[in-house]
Amino acid sequence: MSLSSLFEWLEGTWASVAIRESILFYPLVETTHVLTLCLFLGMTATWDLRLVGLAMRRVPVSEVVNRLFPWAIAGFVIMVISGSLLFLSGPVRASQNIFFQVKMVTIALAGINAFVFHRTVFRWVAEWDLAPEIPLRARVAGVSSLALWSIVVVCGRMQAYNWFD
Amino acid sequence: MDLLPLFQWLEDTSIGAAIRDSLWLFPVIESVHLLALALIGGAILVVDLRLLGFGLKSQPVAALAENIHPWLVGGLVTMVLTGVPMFLSEAIKCYYSPPFWYKMSFLVVATLYTFGVRKRVAAADTAKVGPIWGRLTALASLGLWFCVGFSGRWIAFY
Repeated sequence: MSLSSLFEWLEGTWASVAIRESILFYPLVETTHVLTLCLFLGMTATWDLRLVGLAMRRVPVSEVVNRLFPWAIAGFVIMVISGSLLFLSGPVRASQNIFFQVKMVTIALAGINAFVFHRTVFRWVAEWDLAPEIPLRARVAGVSSLALWSIVVVCGRMQAYNWFD
Repeated sequence: MDLLPLFQWLEDTSIGAAIRDSLWLFPVIESVHLLALALIGGAILVVDLRLLGFGLKSQPVAALAENIHPWLVGGLVTMVLTGVPMFLSEAIKCYYSPPFWYKMSFLVVATLYTFGVRKRVAAADTAKVGPIWGRLTALASLGLWFCVGFSGRWIAFY
């Protein structure tokens, strides 16, 4: 089964129809998705700004990352659940939308960026936890994360406008 | 006082008209509004979580709040600078939108509260204020800003 026929099938399911035709549920899910930006991206941006050296320079990097981690993860889970419900309400149109496609690819890239950061320079964070000179790799990871998540947000918003439909 | 003529005048301003006439201007301004939302949300949450006893709890509240303050102010200023042009482009719609009036009311209260009450509580640190007051301060802050964000999103629906 091809991906597009899967999305067509999804669009016909009762769950998809129910969300699409709901008066309150759809806007509530959308509001949840937008407001959870504060939790997920708010925490992520705080890490990134710390890695770049623009915020909380006197707080150890490991503390900023580890202590805010559960909150960022909680935000991410809510983002994925609410986002999946929004996608489910119109999978065919969404999957064909260029902004949605770019958004999904960029989320994957942001994930890879975070994974690489955790597997490399963050493993020896003890050596630079409070260092005035933040390692270049950490700064690059922070800037990349800020840029990638900004693209995700912008694409997510642009997806709602039907310029290329 | 009838504000409708004022709103009509605001809608007729050249900025409002330019945004209405452009296909991409509104979405672009809206995107920046959302990016600033993440920033201001993070700046508020980090301090409120700390006051509640979560997150960066080994840091003194006063230092943390002071550290994050420029980002809070920067986020709020960006929100206003992007929010005003969006409003100008649809002032009449906003006039008739209940969520718009809720949002503006909550925004005024939340801003006064954040820079009047919460700032002082955070600066006084938990040692002097007491953890219970710190928690209540944070809960009120989260509640107020949630109402601002929630009603803001619903301007698009009603």
